[in-house]
Amino acid sequence: MLRSSNALSALLLVAVVICALSVVTSQHKARKLYIELQKEKEHAQQMEVEWGQLQLEQSTWATPARVEKVAARQLQMHLPRNGQVQFIRLKQPSPQSSPASGESVARGAKPGDHPIPPGMGD
Amino acid sequence: MLFVLLLAGLTGLLGRGVYLQGIHDDFLQKKGDARYSRVIEVSAHRGMISDRNGEPLAVSTPVESVWASPSDVEADRRQVNKLAQILGMDAEELKDRLFDTSRDFVYLKRQLPPDKVEKVVGLNIPGVMLQREYRRYYPAGEEAAQILGFTGQDDNGQEGLELALQEQLAGKPGSQRVIKDRRGRIVEDAGSLQASKPGSDVLLSLDSKVQHLAYRELEIAVKQHRAKSGAIVVLDARSGEVLALANYPGYNPNSRNNASNKAMRNRAITDLFEPGSTMKPFTVATAIEAGKMRPNTLVNTEHGVFIVNNRKIHDQHPAAMMTVSQIIQRSSNVGSAKVALSLKSEMLWRGLSDSGFGVQTGSNFPGEASGKLRDPKTWRPIEQATMSYGHGISVSLLQLARAYTIFASDGELKPVSFLKLDTPATGKKVFSDRTARALRNMLEMVVQPGGTAPLAQVPGYRVAGKTGTAHKLEDGRYVDRYVASFVGFAPVSNPRLVVAVMIDEPGNGEYYGGSVAAPVFSKVTGEALHMLNVPNDAPLDNVIVSPASVIKEEV
Repeated sequence: MLRSSNALSALLLVAVVICALSVVTSQHKARKLYIELQKEKEHAQQMEVEWGQLQLEQSTWATPARVEKVAARQLQMHLPRNGQVQFIRLKQPSPQSSPASGESVARGAKPGDHPIPPGMGD
Repeated sequence: MLFVLLLAGLTGLLGRGVYLQGIHDDFLQKKGDARYSRVIEVSAHRGMISDRNGEPLAVSTPVESVWASPSDVEADRRQVNKLAQILGMDAEELKDRLFDTSRDFVYLKRQLPPDKVEKVVGLNIPGVMLQREYRRYYPAGEEAAQILGFTGQDDNGQEGLELALQEQLAGKPGSQRVIKDRRGRIVEDAGSLQASKPGSDVLLSLDSKVQHLAYRELEIAVKQHRAKSGAIVVLDARSGEVLALANYPGYNPNSRNNASNKAMRNRAITDLFEPGSTMKPFTVATAIEAGKMRPNTLVNTEHGVFIVNNRKIHDQHPAAMMTVSQIIQRSSNVGSAKVALSLKSEMLWRGLSDSGFGVQTGSNFPGEASGKLRDPKTWRPIEQATMSYGHGISVSLLQLARAYTIFASDGELKPVSFLKLDTPATGKKVFSDRTARALRNMLEMVVQPGGTAPLAQVPGYRVAGKTGTAHKLEDGRYVDRYVASFVGFAPVSNPRLVVAVMIDEPGNGEYYGGSVAAPVFSKVTGEALHMLNVPNDAPLDNVIVSPASVIKEEV
């Protein structure tokens, strides 16, 4: 009786020590992981900042004013003149709609993608 | 004896234990916390403003500000000179600031570009430190300067949409308690005191391509006519969204040190002007709606001179009789006055007021002007007559553009929106379908030979609109300086865009709306319709202009 309760106490003591040690290790591990999490978060934020800056840079390079300048000056592009544009009309598939309201479905050229300063266009 | 001693020792220890644990613990806890627990700020950046297609128009990006704590500064002459060179400051001035020990904190330079920041860090001067701040950049530059507005040093909206949308855009910085280890790393999150909330992004109704071409054409026109200023508004005729709104002269919002207050003003929204003949369609529409007139009713235009209250009303193109349609087409003041005088003053007032004059547009733009439309009880006949052709009434360009959505739709006045809408807003029905259609036909005649604005024609599209040329009012008297305007919409068969152009004081001899403002309308409308891929509703050779057919309107 006495022996068995002694053995139980010893067992519990060992259990308590093991628990205590594992609390310490897990706390340590948690902190280590947290530091890593912080690092990743910081990294993510930095990436976000960089993304913002890249977005800004991209939109600065791609302002319509600049695109227009490059298209007109460097690439010698201009809007098609009136005579250069062809209408292609699709035949009306349904006879109900009146032929007078036929819509132009496509244009021969696609103007408007590269606006250019007046004087060079039409 | 020994037992008593031990007991006393034990009591002493116990007492001390209770004291430390129970009574003095606040102080100790605080001291303990101070060794490892810190409260850190969690910054929240301001939301991005982008156009309807997601192109960024205003972006916040972190920059560093350089500051110094003078009592900690240790720098020799060479270092100070170098720092002054990097910061672009006078060496003496910098020295004064660096060694001004009466202060604990001095900004040396705010919002430094990244490359310079690196150089400052490279100098490694004790007591000179960096602070992260946000700076706002506007990729579109001056093109959309007045409409977007700007933020102040602390990234709060001060003008324009930045101010109007402050609530949504502003982030809310928070704070967080953390536990740091010996090396300053954060090892545990001990709970957030105040959650931070980054500002939300906003999608505007603007289309940056349309905005660009509107600004470009406006700039060309203002320069060509040596005008004082100009403004242009492009509305989506179906939804009332603002696709573009530009003012010239402008300023660069990215460095607005030498921008004048005049350049910063958004004339299209905050400035009022007497619209002149662009008001006539509303007078005529009110009369048609009331059943007093039909488009082909003949009106006696008195050979161009009509006297009301001893005041003469003139016409540039005198005629004995004109139909109501011709009154609009040739912009006859006498005819318009006659039409107005056939109406009760309350009725005309109601027509104009329902068309959105004298009230704000609902755009919520800071400083929006509501315009002036006087109480009909105070109108004398001469005032009722002049008001019918846009004198004695003041409007903003945005109001005018919005009012034309009535004719571009089937009589519905659309609410104006600067934000992208998912579903088109429903407008308020002002005139019946029939009246709106009748006016559309009349306004289309204006741009055809025999009208006041053949230069407004657009290849491939049917357009309609009205010119305005108004004497400016200065100190209560009309002077020989003018405001030239044109408001119109296209394509007539199924209107998509409403474009309003206003050129203030063209100084090159030409000042008629039909010759100054109409060409701007033509250019902008044509290109914008192409950009939006709107199908043509006319053959490409529809433009018929013989210079002789340009009719001068009465001013």
